[in-house]
Amino acid sequence: MTTASLPPRPSTRPDRTWLLVAYTVITGALLVIFEQNLPTLAQSGLLTLFLASLYFAHQWRAAPWAKIAVGAASLLFVLPLVGRDNGAIFDLIIQIAIFAALALGLNIVVGLAGLLDLGYVAFFAVGAYLWGIFASPQIGRIYEGAAFANGINPNLFWLFLAVGIAAAAFVGILIGLPVLKLRGDYLAIVTLGLGEVIRVLATNLTVYTNGSQGITPIGSAPVGPLNAVAARLGFTEDQYNLFFLYFLVLLIVGLVILVNTRLDRSRIGRAWIAIREDEVAAQAMGVPLVRTKLLAFATGASFAGIMGVIFAAKQAFISPESFNFFQSIGVLSMVILGGMGSIPGVILGAGVVTLLNLNLLPALSEQLQATIPNLNPNLDPAKYQRFIFGVILVLMMLYRPEGLLPSVRRQIEMHEGDDGTAVPDSLSDNAARAANGGALTTGRNAEDALSPGLATREENDRSGEER
Amino acid sequence: MILDVNGITKTFGGLLAVNSVDLKVPDRSIVSVIGPNGAGKTTFFNMITGIYKPDKGSIVLGGRDLVGLRPDQVTAAGIARTFQNIRLFSAMTAEENILVGRHPRQKSSFVDALLRTRRFREDEAAARAKARELLDFVNLGRYRNEFATNLPYGDQRRLEIARALATDPKLVLLDEPAAGMNPRETEDLKALIRRIRDELGVTVVLIEHDMRLVMTLSEQITVLDYGTKIAEGLPHEVRNDARVMEAYLGRGAAAGEYGKEAR
Repeated sequence: MTTASLPPRPSTRPDRTWLLVAYTVITGALLVIFEQNLPTLAQSGLLTLFLASLYFAHQWRAAPWAKIAVGAASLLFVLPLVGRDNGAIFDLIIQIAIFAALALGLNIVVGLAGLLDLGYVAFFAVGAYLWGIFASPQIGRIYEGAAFANGINPNLFWLFLAVGIAAAAFVGILIGLPVLKLRGDYLAIVTLGLGEVIRVLATNLTVYTNGSQGITPIGSAPVGPLNAVAARLGFTEDQYNLFFLYFLVLLIVGLVILVNTRLDRSRIGRAWIAIREDEVAAQAMGVPLVRTKLLAFATGASFAGIMGVIFAAKQAFISPESFNFFQSIGVLSMVILGGMGSIPGVILGAGVVTLLNLNLLPALSEQLQATIPNLNPNLDPAKYQRFIFGVILVLMMLYRPEGLLPSVRRQIEMHEGDDGTAVPDSLSDNAARAANGGALTTGRNAEDALSPGLATREENDRSGEER
Repeated sequence: MILDVNGITKTFGGLLAVNSVDLKVPDRSIVSVIGPNGAGKTTFFNMITGIYKPDKGSIVLGGRDLVGLRPDQVTAAGIARTFQNIRLFSAMTAEENILVGRHPRQKSSFVDALLRTRRFREDEAAARAKARELLDFVNLGRYRNEFATNLPYGDQRRLEIARALATDPKLVLLDEPAAGMNPRETEDLKALIRRIRDELGVTVVLIEHDMRLVMTLSEQITVLDYGTKIAEGLPHEVRNDARVMEAYLGRGAAAGEYGKEAR
């Protein structure tokens, strides 16, 4: 999150254009060749290595053409190609993108505006249930009309993307209004509660949500021309939907990044950061607290809302369990792991957490079970997912609290005073006052008689002279 | 009168923090509010800036009653302030700090920012130009891209003043601007405050403990003690006021017995 006004970093890093290209080509080729013939664990590892090329493209110093080429080839060519032959990987990639958008939305609320929201997944649920109810036979059950027996016209998907944004933003404001007077821990607890309320509503409003049994099947948008393209590329019919959603998700993540950067470098973004840094000072500078915070809540929620609609269309099945508290924590840990307030960091966090949770750890467990057939079930690594994940978070907080790819600001906040530079805390303040005190007594004149505290100083001076 | 404060009162529980205090500030003047620690000066400021709502009384800025407005609305109405303990946005650059101060004067909206409309670009460019101008005004131009937390102490105080000025105030309230400054920095500050009034035409009200600064700078001084106004007038009048001496030094000292017990 470097703003235009920050000084350009001197580029002492070596140019790695060809290394980047070579790395991408090699991992990409290996992935395409071996995607089906390798054990799951090796496959996961290979996928991770390949996805790392996107990270390197962002991080390394390389010619712009190489970066663009690597990004475009990876996203538009290799990943769909791999996805064609391995549906699980395709699904995983889409899931990463969905979580990246969620994390970017939460990043606005937590990372920029500093409002700790532990119920963020509620907005995701709003979007998902919105499309889920209308695009499934559930709507027919609610209205008991034959016209809706199989849900509404799937072409309305496009409209629902917009409705999802609006509905989630509206719920964001609704939840935000009563709680924004609270700060820090209190806000976190209340958002946690309200997040659970949404989930409990989804469980108990059985008439509309079909309760804990969930809603299925949920339709998706019909995209004839794109399906034709997919067919020509060798995708099977049941993959058409993933193919379409993959590109849709890419597009939306791109838009979300654009919105994030643009807001970050605007009057609104500065107001958010100012509120995070010092609410009282921000308000004294004319930033209206409630409106600015609600804007953060609504903007963050709207990203979750649109992704909820897509999530429902991808899964074709949603139940309240998809939106429990651990999902909120998961998204929050992506933001923290990646680096609060940092757009590339948050995306990286989403990638790392999703890969670990959905791919690497399950693959590891599968592999271990295959190698050691009599493995004690208590030792199954899949059972230790949360444990391993927790350990990673603890280590991160201890050794790199600003995240993997921190924003410049965060780094400053986290390491304020580490190197003994000027810190405006009470200590240095007192030191300054003490220094001033000494100077005051030397150059005093009649007016100083009124200065409070001077009397005692005078007294000390006098007793010093007498000694 | 640019600011006309009439009989404002504030109690916290049983404590009468400010008791029916009046303050009239002439346009383009430099006015000081002094008093011993705990006299209610900062509470008085906090009422003017909308952080506290007075129990009684009125606060009128250029004909407009400010009682009941939120702090950000008060700022928009034309009163800016600094804080006793510096409250800069430490992880923002000096320039960004001032840009936050431009917030109430910027017109571009959320949608403008999303679409990077022409209005947004012009608005941002104007705000940045103003920020640079103000940085130069307080002589911090070289720190434009430096994070606020890295600035020396005295410069942070000046940056805070620049940030307050960025809101285009009619009147600026400075809460102990010289606290922690050495005599050299205090002299610079004195010159800066005069320039704020003379060059920008902004009225200045300050709370200050540094009497040399107060006495040489102020055109009018109001003294508070235990939440009540005990004296008001020109510096030399206030300096020789018996009640003021008593408030600061105690009854015995004011009567000329000060220091006897030490001998």
